[in-house]
Amino acid sequence: MNDIRRTFLAAVGLLLLKPLAALAAWNQEAFGAKSAADALKGLGSANPAPSKDIVIEAPQIAENGAVVPIEISSNIPGTTSIAVLIEKNPFPLTGKFEFKEGALPFVKLNVKMGETSDVRVVAMAGGKSFAATREIKVTIGGCGG
Amino acid sequence: MAGPMKMRATLAGGNTAAVHTEIRVLMTHPMTTAQMKEGLHHIQNVVVKQNGKVVVEAEISQAVSRNPVFSFRLKGGAKGDKIEVSWLDNKGESNKIETAVA
Repeated sequence: MNDIRRTFLAAVGLLLLKPLAALAAWNQEAFGAKSAADALKGLGSANPAPSKDIVIEAPQIAENGAVVPIEISSNIPGTTSIAVLIEKNPFPLTGKFEFKEGALPFVKLNVKMGETSDVRVVAMAGGKSFAATREIKVTIGGCGG
Repeated sequence: MAGPMKMRATLAGGNTAAVHTEIRVLMTHPMTTAQMKEGLHHIQNVVVKQNGKVVVEAEISQAVSRNPVFSFRLKGGAKGDKIEVSWLDNKGESNKIETAVA
């Protein structure tokens, strides 16, 4: 009797936990990487090809590193994800956005930058990775607090 | 502490550009880094749904600014479409907001 009950509870527990685990997907390997190259490896996007079809709109000079607006869109057909890496931040990978059917490969966000740095955007399309880079100069860093 | 969210979803484009849904969402969250005295506390996951279907899934780091604001775009869309945005942070706190496209 007890065995049946335990099996049943375990099964219910698994059912409850599964969607939660799926929602909480977090790529620790990529986000915990201290270099852009390691972060790209963690994402499975090592050695992306340069592309002019990734558009990065951002200020050339950010007065306040705590809030740097970056707008990204990809004109590469079939873009499924966009990752943003701030090369000189302690942990370069800042965000990874996956676009499902119905979404346009576009995102605008505000990021913190510790110092002047290249911002690298890596887009995945058809299993291949493409990258574009843009330098943003920061006059006051935004990682201290 | 994590607080309320705000969101606007509108139809954009028309004459010159293709019609799309423009979503702008604000999350109240400290987004503190490990170096700050408050310690690491940041949103990790953001999910955007259109009429109950997941359209954007994001993972974000501590390097996103305090009280994050994101814009997303969806193909096409219609007035009254239900847009839901939810987030989950590294301490298990979460929040969500739903609005109809205007």
